[in-house]
Amino acid sequence: MNTYIFLTFILMLSIFLGFELIHKVPATLHTPLMSASNAISGITVVGALTLAGQSSDPTLATILGSLAVGFASINVFGGYIVTDRMLSMFKKKGSQK
Amino acid sequence: MSIMSIIGFSYVVSATLFILGLKLLGSPATARKGNALSAIGMLIAVVVTLLDQGIVDFRYIAIAITVGGLIGLWAARSVAMTSMPEMVALLNGFGGVASLLVGWAAITPDASNLVLITIFLSILIGGVTFTGSIVAYGKLSEKLVGRAIMFKGQAIVNSLVIAAILIAAGLFVHDPLKTDYLYLAIGLSVVLGVLVVIPIGGADMPVVISLLNSYSGLAACAAGFAINNNLLIVAGALVGASGIILTQIMCRAMNRSLSNVLFSGFSAVKTMNMKIEGEVKPITPDDAYYMLEAASTIAIIPGYGMAVAQAQHAVKELQELLEANGAEVVYGVHPVAGRMPGHMNVLLAEADVSYDLLLEMADINPRMASVDVAIVIGANDVVNPAAREMEGSPIYGMPVINVDQARTVFVLKRSMASGFAGIDNPLFFKENTRMIFGDAKETLSHLIREFSN
Repeated sequence: MNTYIFLTFILMLSIFLGFELIHKVPATLHTPLMSASNAISGITVVGALTLAGQSSDPTLATILGSLAVGFASINVFGGYIVTDRMLSMFKKKGSQK
Repeated sequence: MSIMSIIGFSYVVSATLFILGLKLLGSPATARKGNALSAIGMLIAVVVTLLDQGIVDFRYIAIAITVGGLIGLWAARSVAMTSMPEMVALLNGFGGVASLLVGWAAITPDASNLVLITIFLSILIGGVTFTGSIVAYGKLSEKLVGRAIMFKGQAIVNSLVIAAILIAAGLFVHDPLKTDYLYLAIGLSVVLGVLVVIPIGGADMPVVISLLNSYSGLAACAAGFAINNNLLIVAGALVGASGIILTQIMCRAMNRSLSNVLFSGFSAVKTMNMKIEGEVKPITPDDAYYMLEAASTIAIIPGYGMAVAQAQHAVKELQELLEANGAEVVYGVHPVAGRMPGHMNVLLAEADVSYDLLLEMADINPRMASVDVAIVIGANDVVNPAAREMEGSPIYGMPVINVDQARTVFVLKRSMASGFAGIDNPLFFKENTRMIFGDAKETLSHLIREFSN
């Protein structure tokens, strides 16, 4: 129970922090913001890793965990790379090559 | 120091980097660095998690990361900027399914009720996000019909599904090892995902995609509770908050409540008893060229049509020629122009348009009266003056870009068909409006040729 109170506390603080941070993102960057947050939601990979590797026999949990690692990896790689690709295009006049 | 505490402290570092990354997204000048920091945070999290002594076999992990990583890399490299909404929708879906699978894999016989509830939430939110995003992807990529799909008794079916989910939740928590209940819950959540997205039409897609973004974060949060991992909770909450804020911004930009977007579509169009007076005045690109040549202030208002016509590069070329001709050119971007938040900005950035020329609605409207020519490219509802003037209009009250206040308005449009919302646009009939019919890209190329000569 105590862990849950602690985790809920973290959740509450993170949500408020998230609101503060995201409100400062200008409208012009909303698409990269979405793809970047997609990449961050790929953090599920961390949870999936432990589940995927917990036994060397393929059990249901390791199979599901490995699938989750795969999907989350698409998010992580795809999200960060596409965000970088987009952000590299945002230029101000004068700073163009 | 034990391995567990190394992992724990590294998670703190990762969370810090995620937060810093989002903070640096506050300005286009620092955003790229922010994204890189965030990626480093992710790398640290993954590497230290692999130190976990609970992991005894790395084979499947290696295969899964390689396959997933290559797919992600390929998708990110090959996707066209005009297809970003679809890409983001798909990524949301993958995040959802990953949380569903993590929740599923985390089921153990000795789990407490509280843990089981969070596992259930992880599966439910993950499942809804997954199929909801796939449907959104289908609509955005036009593999499915884009308009709202409504059927009789939709509300009743939705309520029944939700009631069934609650019952399945109860049964699952009571007896987690009976897999029938689990499969029932998974089945219902994926059905619910489809049901919530199909009644939403094309023009409301920016709201849906933001909302699904938020769900994918919440799903990660729930998975974090299920497996007792605080990094998942922090990262998930940041993403969840981001999606909620974008959803709010989108709803406000359409002057509609979230529930209105989710449940009504544009189906409840009130009968318009107002006649739109006036006649449409079409002109040729040649005529338009003479007017543009004489103009000194020009505002360009892009919409989804610019993305469809892939006209962003032509727009930029015209902008340069106009500037060379001595005119001042700015862009006015409505928050819901396009199919996702910031869609137009990315397309124009791709065409190398300087981001300080992209004005938000609140900045462009006050200067509209001093604009000689406003060029509307593929936008319709976001420049519809009915939102200000016609109380019976379904979009009445929606903040719009007041192009009709410019001295002259050019509307580049394929035909007289109404926009996605199916609402008549009195702008086309105004005294100062000139319609230039045809493909936006061809019209622009024509103007560019005239200027180059």
